[in-house]
Amino acid sequence: MINQLIFLYFAAVIIVSAVLMVTRRNPIHSVMFMLLLFFHIAGVFVLLNAEFLAAVQLIVYAGAILILYLFVVMLLSVDRETQAVRANRFWPWLVGFGFVIAAEISLLVLRGTFPANRGQAVKYPGAGVRELGVELYTKYLVPFEIASVILLVGLVGAVMLAKKKTNE
Amino acid sequence: MVPLSWYVLLSAALFTIGVVGVLSRRNVFIILMSIELMLNAANINLIAFSHYLQNLTGQIFVIFVITVAAAEAAVALALIILLARNRGTVYVDEFNLMKG
Repeated sequence: MINQLIFLYFAAVIIVSAVLMVTRRNPIHSVMFMLLLFFHIAGVFVLLNAEFLAAVQLIVYAGAILILYLFVVMLLSVDRETQAVRANRFWPWLVGFGFVIAAEISLLVLRGTFPANRGQAVKYPGAGVRELGVELYTKYLVPFEIASVILLVGLVGAVMLAKKKTNE
Repeated sequence: MVPLSWYVLLSAALFTIGVVGVLSRRNVFIILMSIELMLNAANINLIAFSHYLQNLTGQIFVIFVITVAAAEAAVALALIILLARNRGTVYVDEFNLMKG
């Protein structure tokens, strides 16, 4: 019961801040709503017994990615944003389309059968950071190394793209 | 005890908001943040199923998704800086360089 109330609070804040994030005119306000959203998604992760990933969500998403966004938004000019048109001319159709997609997914989910109440009460042996690390470094070692290569590509690519052209 | 379908519904709603944001906004920052929104919706789904199936694979995948999101954000923001420097705008409907 208390878990359901906590989940409903998190879900309500997530949905409201996502809608505000998409609709705000000023990108800095959008980044702030995104911060609120990430904190509450981390709360949902804690509710699902994924404490390590909640910490990763806060450190990587809210701490690194969002700050990067904020830097670039502030680097480029935001003074034009206050009178610019927010959406392209198809937006009413697109919003209707979004409601149709959401209704369809909800219909499918509500008509389907899920193993409703398995888990959750019992904390299974193997939900901690240690088990996650063992799994990551034994069974998923090759994908882990590939992920490091992806990060290297991101690093080199970002520096390559954003550096100023020097005239020889 | 929260039913699994609630998490799936939350994730579906979040994903739909992200899709509408990507398709309808003009500012390229908001488009990128909507992509992050969709990745987060997928993360919620993965962790919820990982919890209810009592299997850690979903959490491993979330780590990879976060890695890819970080790399994507870095490269995409570099591209935006480059575009803004060359074209002087951050609105996607003004990037019509390849339009015939």
